[in-house]
This record gives sequence, C-alpha cells and structure tokens, in this order.
Amino acid sequence: MKGFGGPTQAPTWVTHGLVPLINLGLALVIAGIIIALIGENPFEALRLLVLGAVGYPEAIGYTLYYTTNFVFTGLAVAIAFHCGLFNIGGEGQAYLGGLGAGLIGLYLGHWPAPVVIPLAIACAMAFGAFWAFIPGWLQAKRGSHIVITTIMFNFLAAALMTYLLVEIFIKPGQQAAESRTFEAGAWLPFVHDVFAAFGANIGRSSLNLSIVVAAVCLVLFWFFVWRTRWGYEIRAVGHNESAAVYGGIAPDRAIMLAMAISGGLAGLVGVNEIIGVHHRLLLEFTAGYGFVGIAVALMGRNHPAGILLAALLFGILYQGGSELAFDMPNVTRDMVVVLQGLVILFSGALEHMFRGRIERLFARRARAVAA
Amino acid sequence: MEAVTWIVLVIDATLRVSTPLILAAFAGMFAERSGVVDIGLEGKMLGAAFAAAAAAFATGSAWLGLLAGMGASVGLAMIHAFACVTHRGDQVVSGMALNILVAGLGPVLSLAWFGQGGHTPIVADTARFRPIHFPFADRLSDVPFIGQIYSEIVSGHNLIVYIALGMVPLAAWFIYKTRFGLRLRAVGEAPEAVDTAGISVAGMRYRAMIVCGILCGVAGTSLSIAQNALFVRDMSAGMGYLALAALIFGKWRPVPTLFACFLFAFADAVQARLQGVDIPGVGIIPVQAIQALPYLLTVLLLAGFVGKAVPPKASGVPYVKER
Repeated sequence: MKGFGGPTQAPTWVTHGLVPLINLGLALVIAGIIIALIGENPFEALRLLVLGAVGYPEAIGYTLYYTTNFVFTGLAVAIAFHCGLFNIGGEGQAYLGGLGAGLIGLYLGHWPAPVVIPLAIACAMAFGAFWAFIPGWLQAKRGSHIVITTIMFNFLAAALMTYLLVEIFIKPGQQAAESRTFEAGAWLPFVHDVFAAFGANIGRSSLNLSIVVAAVCLVLFWFFVWRTRWGYEIRAVGHNESAAVYGGIAPDRAIMLAMAISGGLAGLVGVNEIIGVHHRLLLEFTAGYGFVGIAVALMGRNHPAGILLAALLFGILYQGGSELAFDMPNVTRDMVVVLQGLVILFSGALEHMFRGRIERLFARRARAVAA
Repeated sequence: MEAVTWIVLVIDATLRVSTPLILAAFAGMFAERSGVVDIGLEGKMLGAAFAAAAAAFATGSAWLGLLAGMGASVGLAMIHAFACVTHRGDQVVSGMALNILVAGLGPVLSLAWFGQGGHTPIVADTARFRPIHFPFADRLSDVPFIGQIYSEIVSGHNLIVYIALGMVPLAAWFIYKTRFGLRLRAVGEAPEAVDTAGISVAGMRYRAMIVCGILCGVAGTSLSIAQNALFVRDMSAGMGYLALAALIFGKWRPVPTLFACFLFAFADAVQARLQGVDIPGVGIIPVQAIQALPYLLTVLLLAGFVGKAVPPKASGVPYVKER
C-alpha cells in the first residue's frame, strides 16, 4: 500500500532521516504561519511549548505519559502498514481495550495486584485484538475493505461503550456515565510512587508503569517484524501479495494475524488510561490517540526507533500544547491537532512530493562519487 | 390521528436529517466514481460549516456564507486531488489528514477571529437559510392528512433541503446521460482506456473533486447556517463517514444511495422519538442500538452477507501513465 518506490541508492540517513525531517519541517512551517496569521509569535509559541513539555519534572512525566499512548497506537498502525493494511480503527480498538482492562478491574480488583495487572493487560490486548480481528477476517475471507470496516467499527465501539456505561456499569446514584473506582489491586502504580518507594522524589504526573509495557512492545515489535517467520510473512504480503502466494505464504492468515496484533497494541492504550490513570471506566478516554498513531507510524517510517521518536515528538506537542494555552490564550491544544493533520499530510499523503526528488539527487551524487 | 401526526413528524425529521447526508454521499459518489477514494467528506463538511458560519456572521448574507462554505470545501478537495492525483499519494491517508486538520483548524480560527472557544458567534436569522413556507401552508395545516402532509412535509424546509432533493435527479442524469458522466465512470473503472482515448485522467479526476467539493460545501453550509445558527466544534459528528456508508450501501449508484440516506436518516429520526418509549412486546430499545444500525448494516453489506457491494474498479488506485 505504501509506495516505497523502486530501489534507490540514496544513503539510509537521507531516506530515514533527512526526508522525514523535511516533511516535519514543512508541517511546522505551515503551523507557524497559521500561528502568525492569528496574531501570535510562532517562535515564542515554540519556546513556550517546549518549556511546557520538558521544562520541569511534572511536565516531563506528562509528556512521557502521552508518549506511552502514542507508542502503542503508532506500533498498532505500523504493524498493519507492514501488511499493506490501513487500520483506522485504533480508536475503537483502544476503547475496547479499556473495556477489557476495566472488566478485570471491576470484578477482580480485590485480588492481589501481581495477579490482577497481568490479567488486565492480557484482557485489554485480547479485547483490542478481537475488535481488529473481525475487520481483518472480513478483509481476508470476505474481501470487505479494511479502511471502511475499521471506520465502522470505531462507531460500533462508541455505541457499545456508551450503552455499557450508561445502562450497566454506571455507578448507582451518579449522573456522569462512569463506573465505580476499582479496588487497589487493579491500580497500575504511578512512576512517581515507584520512585518514592525507593526514596527518590520526582514530580507527580499521570505517568505510570505502562511506559515499561511500551518499551517492551517496541523491542518485541522489532524482533517480531524482522526476526520471525510471522513477521516475514506479514511483510511479504504487504510488499507483494501475489509474490507471497508463490512463496507459499497464505495472505489471509498474515492479514488476520497483523490485524489482531495491531488491535492488541491499540488495546494497550486502555491499560495506560483505565488501570494506569483513571482507575474506573469512563466515556471517550481514547481522546483521538488512535488517530495520532497514524501520524506517528507515518513519521516513524513503521520502524520502532522512528516510532519512539515520533511518539516522543507528539508527547511533547500534546503536553506542551496544553500548557501553551495558559500563556497564549489564542493557541490551544487544537493547534496541535492542526499540526497533526499537517504531519499526516506531508509525511503520508504528499511523501512523494519531495522524497523521489531528494533521493534521486543523493543517489546521483553517490554514483558520481563511486565513478 | 395521533399515528398520522407521529408519522408526519418522523418523515419531516427524516428529510431534515437526510439533507447533508444526501449531499455528502453524492459528493463522495462523484469522487469515487472517478477513482478517488474520499474519506475526507467529514472534513470538507466541517470546513464548509465553519466557513459558512464565519462568512454569514461577518457579511450578514446567507448566500455569501454558502459561497464561502463551497470555497473552503473545494479548496480542501483540491489539496486532496493535489496529493492523490498529482503526487499519487495514498488517498486514505490524505483524506484522514484533512479530516484531522479541519477538526483542529475550525476551533483555532473561531477562537482567533471571534474570541469564542470552539464555536462561532450566533448567526442572525437574516443571514441564514430559513424555512420556506409555501402558500396556504398555515391555513391548510388543520386539514387532516393532506393538509398535514402539505404543511409539514412539503412546505416549511430551508432552501438547502429542496436544493439537495433537486440535485439528486440532476446528478443521476449527469453521471449516466452526459459525456462528462460517461468519462467520469470510465475513469473510475478503466483509466487506461480513458487515457488511450486522449482524455486526461488527472483532469477528469480534478473535475470530479471540484464537484465533490461543491456538494460537500453545500452539505456543510446546511449544517451551520440552515439547521443551526452557528458553527460548533465537531458539529459534523461523523456524518461524513455515515454518508460514506450510505454511498457504499447504495452501491455507488444514485437511487439506492438516496434511499440509503433516507434509511439512515429515518433510523435517526425514529431513534429520537423512541427514546425511553416502552414498545409492547419488545421493551425499551437502547438508543445506541439504533445509532449503531447504519454502521452494522454497512459492515454486513461489505462482507457480502446482505447483497454485494462492488466499488469502482480503479477507486483508490493512483493512475500511472505507461511510458
């Protein structure tokens, strides 16, 4: 699906470093122009944004907390991309993942944490995987287009969760559609509490141990995609489905596997949000994180190292963006959403605008040097 | 009499809800019939809704609002065409990018221009498309049945409702009976054949996207200055995706798509009236179940469990001229 073009002799740092940076730069320049047009100083905005994201310990914590979500959704989109599939359903899969974690929290929260938390993580992944597996199965076996199906599944997830929260899980005697708070066994510890246990004091934030899960996922992702047979099969199908068939690979199996993994990764957002931060089930906790994953995967070129950097960038933008509004009332978090759209536009839809030209330039230079 | 009134009111609401849906679904039809997948209907509607409300507020003219709405939407459609047709970018990625971009830009601009958090100021009634009352509608409303139908269903809608309904046969004629329509369908099915005939594939797709932009612009305008009196963040609320579903449900053909729009809008109208009503023998139907129905139906249809939906052959595929 993603045109990686023909073989180029451009150096790796050009393909994986310079070109994404140029695309990001373009998105930043346009966002800067918009900020200037609404009468604020873009450079001042950038300074305040960075300060708000990494300027003090609590801010760093929040930045990393957002980064955790974006690592999950970025990896989720990326594994599907590797199979040539575009999973727009991260939002719904994350929602369902939260339901999975929340069910364990609600019903088994009185058990000891070392048992409950792995269960909740597994359940979140299973629910997310299930919600993505169905579109994967429909694509593989019935030929329905994954993009449309995953969009529809986002709305189905929203309807399902609203129903469950309004009619079933709502805490009696309460107006807001939220469940009761879980017992302590289902609380994934905050990082500041973990540090405090060792006598170190760091700023309080929403950052919780989900970040460890995210780190593990990044490493496992690399291993799975480039070092296992299943990863190879997924990439082969994504690259050229008919060639994969000749190689003895069953594309439908690879598609279903990639989607299930994708959904499982997206479901982990539910772990970070539900048992990591809110400790209860609530509506709309996914807050568009699933869509940010698209930008993260595109910027990170579907590689864990790139995804980590892109997720960090969006973590900074999200945290810094919400701080920015205090000093520049005209520049709100919505500006970050604008930037996110621009990043997807330039590093996704318009990637061929510069990529080909720049790569050819460097390839020519490389040949000239060789000759 | 009670039942007749109920049905008349539901049909009235169906017409109102279906208007932006029909316009957006037909916008998508022009795009997809030409081979450009457009999941950016949502963003174009939202962008148009903002532009229309902002312009109508600033100029006091609903018509300038409509013009601004169409302009914004066509602009977005041209970015989509530039990315997907000229640069052969991924059409789904581009559509998604524009949806997200607009979702952020509307609130940013309304804050910067009007100092309002996430919405525009309220547009005066004189700068909106108000319901048009046909002659004698008031006097006939007491006449049972015929009078009710005339005064509630035929009369009393805003101009855009009538525009949308009038557009449908026009669009169908355009797609099936004109040279432009033949080329449009051809370019979505077999672009290489169109190219061989000496017609520019890119040119056709750009033109289709302009039509798509205009229709989405009208749809967005109807949201902000006909059905409502201001722009609110995310006011399209997934309607662009629902239109996409209707388009698929209608198998990319005008008449079935129109009925799919009516069906989805009808479900919405019924849902609003059934809230908390205990139906004998069935009980209370959860609102969410009815809301989920259009999406579920679309999934089932795409999977071939109810009929079969076959998209235009070349939709989603960038055209590369043979060298």
